[in-house]
Amino acid sequence: MSDNLALIFFVIAAAGVATFMMGTAVFLGPKRRHRVKDQPFACGGLAEPYPGEQFPVRYYLVAMLFILFDIEVVFLYFWGVIFRDLGFPGLYEILLFIGVLGAGLAYVWRRGALRWV
Amino acid sequence: MSELAQNLTLPGALLAGLSPGVAAMLVMFASCAAVLGVVALNGMFLVWWERKISAHIQSRVGPMTTGYWHGWLQSIADGVKLLLKENIIPLMADRWLFMLAPLVVFMSAFMAFVPIPWGEKLIVADLNVGVLYIAAITSLSAIGVIMAGWASNNKWSLYGGMRAAAQIVSYEIPVGLALVPALLASSTLSMQGIVEVQAGGIWNWNIFAGGPFTIVAFGALFLASLAEVNRAPFDLPEAESELVCGFHTEYSGMCFAFFFLAEYSEMFVVAVVASVLYLGGWHDPLGLGILPGPVVLMAKVLLLVFVQMWFRWTFPRLRVDQLMYLAWKVLTPLGFINVFGAAFWLILV
Repeated sequence: MSDNLALIFFVIAAAGVATFMMGTAVFLGPKRRHRVKDQPFACGGLAEPYPGEQFPVRYYLVAMLFILFDIEVVFLYFWGVIFRDLGFPGLYEILLFIGVLGAGLAYVWRRGALRWV
Repeated sequence: MSELAQNLTLPGALLAGLSPGVAAMLVMFASCAAVLGVVALNGMFLVWWERKISAHIQSRVGPMTTGYWHGWLQSIADGVKLLLKENIIPLMADRWLFMLAPLVVFMSAFMAFVPIPWGEKLIVADLNVGVLYIAAITSLSAIGVIMAGWASNNKWSLYGGMRAAAQIVSYEIPVGLALVPALLASSTLSMQGIVEVQAGGIWNWNIFAGGPFTIVAFGALFLASLAEVNRAPFDLPEAESELVCGFHTEYSGMCFAFFFLAEYSEMFVVAVVASVLYLGGWHDPLGLGILPGPVVLMAKVLLLVFVQMWFRWTFPRLRVDQLMYLAWKVLTPLGFINVFGAAFWLILV
């Protein structure tokens, strides 16, 4: 319980310290606005209008694959803690579990979902 | 937290006359101030150190003037300068998200220091899910980076933010898999518990517990965590030659300083995780127990941080497709092999 209290305390303290430092900097620093200075930096070119770029669908695919495999890794953590007690039966079961997901990895690999270019 | 109050002799004597609640509060304040001090000093030292290392690798001398002895005051001078600079928010930026992003990145780096075991009794909070906690809290920085890239409303920032999202998310899996062999060897998620299992010399460290598999897992963890903290050769989110500065192109003054501080804190944290999980934490290699825990841990961490910097100034940056290839087609299958190889090794040998 006291560990959780410590965590809550640290969240509040971190937010407080960071906000204080940023506030101090905003207070101390000069505030000289200028039409050109306030433009987004575009290497001398004209800034693009609001979200000017389209994004390839690849990013979306990676995010989906991540969710699948990251949840699997979280399962492995807890199996790892009790793996000595479970012994071989637990090992075979987790091998089956990973085997299914490994087949999934092989499938997306083969279908080209992991090919970036 | 309460163990800390009871076990530290000096504060224990000082706090003896106070009620338990007040004493616990004081200990919390003290440990919070200590962690803040470590974060700030670590950031300043590592910035100076990296400038010296990069200079010597490139046959230069680096900062030499500020503070007379090898420019040791350089980071402090830079810090004061950043504090006094104007905080520019571009006209088209999303002001609130823009200001919030560096705070999120900084907080995620700061919070990761909570379950770090510095010595036998020296730990802020020995969480029973310590490893999972660190993995979760450090990946929050990805959200801050995406926020920064989106809120700046600049195409370089947006590209940097999107690349950061894809990169951090992809390398989360090899990192997670490379942590598992250490958990198999120590049967606990508590950071302090993992260190205690490795007592008694270098041959008891987790890196040798699973034969070749844990050694390879340690190497994979080191490589993948370099990518997690956006360090070269995996620094695509801020690739200077293509994206100006990537996600923090528009940031100036203190907001920029937060990103910088967070990067160096994250380097430190991933080195701590590798040291605790595989290199025995605060145990010295001979199992003598003469040196204090924090000194031993710092020596290991600084060695790993030095290798991180060495990498940065030696290897050229990868392309995006090479980065993804390494994460999904090399490190992820290798991680699976390591997990099961280590498991069979631990049961059979």
